[in-house]
Amino acid sequence: MATTQVLRSEWTKIRSVASTVWTLSLAVVVTVALGMLIAALSNSDFDSLSARDRLSFDPTYISFAGMSLGQLAMIVFGVLVVSNEYSTGMIRTSLAAVPRRGTFLFSKIAVATGLSLLVGLATSFLTFFLGQAMLGEHRAQIGDPGVLRAVFGGGLYMMLIAMFSMGVAAMLRSPMLSLGILMPFFFLVSNILGNVSATQKVGRYLPDQAGSRILQVVTPIDDDKPYGPWGGLGIMALWVIAAIAGGYVTLRKRDA
Amino acid sequence: MIELSGLTKRYGDKVAVNNLSFTVRPGIVTGFLGPNGAGKSTTMRMILGLDHPTAGDVRIDGRHYEQLKDPLTAIGALLEAKAWHGGRSARNHLLCLAQSNGIADSRVREVLETVGLTAVARKKTKGFSMGMGQRLGIAAALLGDPRILMFDEPVNGLDPEGIHWIRNLMKSLAGQGRTVFVSSHLMSEMALTAEHLVVIGQGRLLADTSMADFIARNSRSYVRVRTPQRERMRDVLHTAGITAVEAGGGALEVDGGKPERIGELAAQHQIVLHELSSQQASLEEAFMGLTAESVEYHAQAGPAPGPAPGQAPGPAPGQAWGDGWRKG
Repeated sequence: MATTQVLRSEWTKIRSVASTVWTLSLAVVVTVALGMLIAALSNSDFDSLSARDRLSFDPTYISFAGMSLGQLAMIVFGVLVVSNEYSTGMIRTSLAAVPRRGTFLFSKIAVATGLSLLVGLATSFLTFFLGQAMLGEHRAQIGDPGVLRAVFGGGLYMMLIAMFSMGVAAMLRSPMLSLGILMPFFFLVSNILGNVSATQKVGRYLPDQAGSRILQVVTPIDDDKPYGPWGGLGIMALWVIAAIAGGYVTLRKRDA
Repeated sequence: MIELSGLTKRYGDKVAVNNLSFTVRPGIVTGFLGPNGAGKSTTMRMILGLDHPTAGDVRIDGRHYEQLKDPLTAIGALLEAKAWHGGRSARNHLLCLAQSNGIADSRVREVLETVGLTAVARKKTKGFSMGMGQRLGIAAALLGDPRILMFDEPVNGLDPEGIHWIRNLMKSLAGQGRTVFVSSHLMSEMALTAEHLVVIGQGRLLADTSMADFIARNSRSYVRVRTPQRERMRDVLHTAGITAVEAGGGALEVDGGKPERIGELAAQHQIVLHELSSQQASLEEAFMGLTAESVEYHAQAGPAPGPAPGQAPGPAPGQAWGDGWRKG
């Protein structure tokens, strides 16, 4: 069985369900709208900042503020792409057509990853430029040092979030269970662990905490993270590999 | 050809499929019969490589399912439950299956035409009725023009016209030399379509026989006698060495008896007869008898109850049903 056949088939699958369109559009709209709002608020707030805060003012990072909410739509996209197969019973038809389970899973993940990267990059560039437009005189330029890296990194970050969700969904199979774990984790638990001093040292190795380091251009003064932008993204990538490996093992071993 | 050898599936302590060995041959419709929960669907899922067998082996034309290149072109299956995404159109559902197996896109239109779903090809499948769903499943099975077809309970949810259509479809597929393996829990349905019969109960093989043989062996024929002088009739028959048993409605039943002989005996002794007729038990009853015995055979711990009056005697103790069939 040629992998290209399976890739084509997975592309047909992903483009022919409504959830693909609404999850991905939601990711774009929420990220960009919230980013613009927070950029506008930061701009009007700038004059009341202390000198110290002005030093660590990071216009690029501010324009990505919407990603904390927009990534939830990416999570839903990643979860649904995989768990739809199980919740609808399609998995039996799919595996009868493509009995090599590795080929099936990795083709599906490859197609969904490609799409999430495209949408992620578009979101990232859009939210950067529109966010900067709201920041007025405090804006950053795309040519400033580290800015282009952060904007590309934003696209990669969204792609990795979607991939991580696909791996988790392949392990758990149920969309409700997967979303019930991933959504509160990324929206609440990770933030709490990352902001409480007792758990901060562990919290910063969580996928979103480590991965979002790439969005920062200005390093905060009290930053003591033991990794840089690419190191952080690497840590996130390790989480993704672990989740997908777990999903693959589950699919191999269990009955469909 | 589908070959099962010693196929076994356990879920914890429960044995769903127990050491099944049989072969499904090309050119005929083979019926796969068993009561609900007998293990038919589990067996079919193992044939498709969806469930991993605990022990044993299945081969499709000599190869394991996952070794098949483009499996839909070798074996097509209609699975028991709805097995597609309801938000996808029928056309796109079939298209993604065709693409995954390198089947030409034009086949999608052809099979939609064959099953009569062309008009709703672009509609989302979640609005489909059960019968339309069955047709979509059959379209998916036919997509790769496979030599082997497997249908799990295909008549479920179909209207009479649909049932007629699927019966003819299965026969014509077998007539083209294909292997057709179809499951059902209805004996009457199998009697109309299948030439060969594999019967399972509680995951165990009960019979692997031709339909003609099954009918000959299992359809119990008896003579029904109604008379106002029932006791006298019984005595007369008894004296002649014929055993009659009481049946409902005041009738007597004589297993395997000849109505001519009974009529002559009645005339000799001047017994008035209200009814004297040859009867044949239905295949459905024969099937129920067969599978009921399998349940008893499993449950036997203490002494077994004797056969109920009017019931054909069971097999010799300690002998599994099915043993006799395979020897025969």
